[in-house]
Amino acid sequence: MPDPRLSLSGVHKTFGDAHVLRGSDLDIGVGELGCLIGASGSGKSTLLRCMNGLEPVDDGAVRLDGVDIAEPGFDLGPIRQRIGIVFQSFNLFPHMTAYENAALAPARVLGETTAARPRIEGLFHRFDLADHMTKYPDQLSGGQQQRVAVIRALAMRPETLLLDEITSALDPELVGEVLDVLRQLRDDGMTMVLATHEMSFARDVADRVVFMDQGVIAEEGAPEAIFSSPKRERTRKFLASVLR
Amino acid sequence: MSRRAAYEARQRRRANLIAGLSTIAVVGLVILLVPMAPGWDAVKRSFFDGETFVNTFPTLLRAFLLDVAIFAWSVPLIFALGLAIALARGAQSPALFPLRIFGAIYVDLFRGIPVVLLVYLVGFGVPGLGLPRPWNSPYIWGTVALVLTYSAYVAEVLRSGIESIHASQRNAAICLGLNSRDTMRFVILPQAIRRVVPANMNMLVALQKDVALLSFIGPVEILRQAGIFKSLLANFTPYVVAAVIFLCVTVPATRYADYLLNRDRNARS
Repeated sequence: MPDPRLSLSGVHKTFGDAHVLRGSDLDIGVGELGCLIGASGSGKSTLLRCMNGLEPVDDGAVRLDGVDIAEPGFDLGPIRQRIGIVFQSFNLFPHMTAYENAALAPARVLGETTAARPRIEGLFHRFDLADHMTKYPDQLSGGQQQRVAVIRALAMRPETLLLDEITSALDPELVGEVLDVLRQLRDDGMTMVLATHEMSFARDVADRVVFMDQGVIAEEGAPEAIFSSPKRERTRKFLASVLR
Repeated sequence: MSRRAAYEARQRRRANLIAGLSTIAVVGLVILLVPMAPGWDAVKRSFFDGETFVNTFPTLLRAFLLDVAIFAWSVPLIFALGLAIALARGAQSPALFPLRIFGAIYVDLFRGIPVVLLVYLVGFGVPGLGLPRPWNSPYIWGTVALVLTYSAYVAEVLRSGIESIHASQRNAAICLGLNSRDTMRFVILPQAIRRVVPANMNMLVALQKDVALLSFIGPVEILRQAGIFKSLLANFTPYVVAAVIFLCVTVPATRYADYLLNRDRNARS
């Protein structure tokens, strides 16, 4: 088996007294779409945020293509160009148009002011937002904003995309358009890790489903295996509560 | 008209009637009672003399242009320095620690001294060093005093603006690979500055009034010109003229600041 893109081993993270991650291990292969599922507070988002160093881990290793980025003092700047992240609450820059949101980092970090333009415009066209490039975030629907946030991350040409419950803040009828974007990216072969409550999406699209419970990875496997015949009692309980 | 609309119209008519009557009563009482004060005739002659008002108005208005000029060249200096101090106070790197300390001391010092006192100290003190012309000009040192005081306030306002920007904005920028300087410059500051525009408008109104304090150290601006007229004509009406001229500028500016503040509040709720 080739080296995984991302490899977490023994990751611990505490916030004050809260021990959020208690030794999590996880490998994500190149081109794989991994879905993290689990109850709120199980550590999905924190695990995701540890993967690009947004949250420094207390203990353990986070390897990106074999390099441990959790090493204290490691320069994360270059890493963040290779790992994009999209947040639940979009976090678009409200004072910039949709296009400017996507063009800022390529211009400042990669030095591509005009060179990035065709690429970024191409992304807006591809994801059906060509008419909205000059609009400000507050003029866009939640689904549109979230798609702009995905475009903003893609504009940096990342190899890996982390998606932190990106449909949780959306009205139900807008979830589909965002999930469609993820389907397209999966077909491109983008490596993705998605923390989600969208069980049917995880079942349809994920290569692997990872169930988290109380800061550890309780069970992982192919979607059919997890959803149809979970081995662990707590996985069964969780799925029973969310699938009804 | 629906039942509800009819009821509300009735209520509104009633409220307007009461407001109108009570206003008329109060104004009427003032008009009736103030002239009954024993010194009213003297006050009327020395403060509200129509002829003096008309005669001194053009000169005082010209003198007010000097206030506006001092205001105009102070504002860019205040904001440049205020921004520098605000950024210095937020400096994270250990090498810049002296800058943080300096920023904190600066703000404490110049917010803590009354403007008029600083105008005296700087305006008389520095030229007292025996500087050659034009460096002994009260315009320069008076401006410096205003800039020192107001940049300290503006720095605090800007800093509160910077701190009001949610951490998620910084996270989003950093996760895109932006360094902390670009994050501040392109993501945090533009939003922070927008957010504190109303507060800074109020600051500008206060500054426009405080420019008159420079009259104490020499420049013949409106307050000093009014004082000259007072001595010349043995009449206080020029002060009333000056007050009216100030109000013509500060009232619209204050209203505009309130409007911005309300619009901001509505936009965010």
